[in-house]
Amino acid sequence: MTIAVKVMGMLVSFVARLVTGAQGHWKGCPPEALQRIYFANHQSHLDWVLIWAALPDDLRVRTRPIAARDYWTASKFKHWLTREVFNAVYVSRQRTDDQDPLEPLAEALQHGDSLVIFPEGTRSSKGEPQSFKSGLYHLAQQFPGVQLIPVWIDNVQRVMPKGEVVPVPILCTATFGAPMQLQPGEDKREFLERARAAVVALRPLIT
Amino acid sequence: MSTLRSLGVEQQVALLFLILFGLLCAASIAVFMPTLRAQHSEQADPHLRQLRDLRALWIGTVVFWLSWMSGPVGATLLFGVFSFLALREFITLAHTRRSDHRSLILAFFVVLPLQYVLVGLRSFDLFSVFIPVYVFLAIPVLSALAGDPERFLERNAKIQWGITVCVFGLSHAPALLLLEFPNYAGRGAFLLLFLVIVAAAAQIVQELASRWLRRRPVARHIDRSFSYRAWLAGALAAALVGALLVWITPFRIWQAMLMGLVAGACGTLGEFVMKALKKDAGVRYWGNQSSVTGAVGLLDRVAPLCFAAPVFFHSVRWYSSLAP
Repeated sequence: MTIAVKVMGMLVSFVARLVTGAQGHWKGCPPEALQRIYFANHQSHLDWVLIWAALPDDLRVRTRPIAARDYWTASKFKHWLTREVFNAVYVSRQRTDDQDPLEPLAEALQHGDSLVIFPEGTRSSKGEPQSFKSGLYHLAQQFPGVQLIPVWIDNVQRVMPKGEVVPVPILCTATFGAPMQLQPGEDKREFLERARAAVVALRPLIT
Repeated sequence: MSTLRSLGVEQQVALLFLILFGLLCAASIAVFMPTLRAQHSEQADPHLRQLRDLRALWIGTVVFWLSWMSGPVGATLLFGVFSFLALREFITLAHTRRSDHRSLILAFFVVLPLQYVLVGLRSFDLFSVFIPVYVFLAIPVLSALAGDPERFLERNAKIQWGITVCVFGLSHAPALLLLEFPNYAGRGAFLLLFLVIVAAAAQIVQELASRWLRRRPVARHIDRSFSYRAWLAGALAAALVGALLVWITPFRIWQAMLMGLVAGACGTLGEFVMKALKKDAGVRYWGNQSSVTGAVGLLDRVAPLCFAAPVFFHSVRWYSSLAP
């Protein structure tokens, strides 16, 4: 890790803490260095940074985000930031017939890394998260040993609404729930619905 | 008293901090000892509250000590950071809308730094009118330009109130440090210390008095412990402490009492108002427990200062212009 990467990492987490407080509330599980897939609601570009800043240092280095290859490798800086600082897993948005879109994720999990995914697939500006895409289900099937942790991210959409550039300092929280697993015989729709409910259940009563 | 007066400024301050930290240590031990014995949770609860109050006092004292150590620039910066954190917490509770985004950016990144720069430059005339006049008019203009008429007045009022209390109010604390007082050069810190101690004394005594007196609360739905008598007891205690601290101020003894009374009364009222605000926002937590918004209660800590500092500052200025 070069000095520039370290400094950038510290800068990003400092700014995230300054602006959002980046409070992690570990309600359902302690912040342990186990292999995990964190899945969260998605409201803003800052969601990933918030989870990342809320994680303790030793978990941060092994926890990787998913980045769209065409967008996050478009400029040198974006590429450097996602590759070196965040250690992102790149996926391509264009689906080709011969390649499984989950392959890069599976590869990262085989290496023992933890992942943060947003199963809605896109940012939802409404309060309720949209229905989950099936990727989470397939990963749960392929990697039964990896803990699945639901996360609710609160208030981030107020920090930087769509179309704004400068963030406004507002306190945000990331609430981590209890690990869940794919039950034997559970079908895809059932599991995804249960996963989504687990995320929504973490939403604080007072938002 | 005469031996105290013969000491240098630095020695007087050192003595003050020594006494202050000594008192705090004694109080901490007095509160902490019974918690070791208490076994039932109901029994431990009031002690926990006392512990939290004490922790607040400790934090306040340490912050003040830091601001004294770091000189005028450091103190201005320190209070600027506090303003930022308090305003952040306030805005989190205030449920702003999307269209408030630009107004909030103005508040956080233009108004707040400018106000503290004005403090640092000692331009107290502009400092006194910048937020009440210019920002007061600029915020609704920017808000109207955002083009969202829904709850327009309410949204603007919230932002204005937050800026006035968290930025304008609190910025008077470092302003006290920098106030040029005739025959009192370089001793602005004593005034801030006077204010902080007096406000803290009022808070403690009010808290104790409300427990002993058990009067009917004035506003049950806001604060179960606030009663007029307890409030008066707090203010009177502040006056007494003010009189005891007269040797660090430029005041005569009755003036010190009066200043203490005013500052103490304002400080406790400030805390009372902030409780109402938090109740409205739906926050049941008070103090150091982190709430769902992640707010850890800095706003509660600085509220007395936010209310007491402006009143105290302008009383002092008014007095100093009367008696050159």
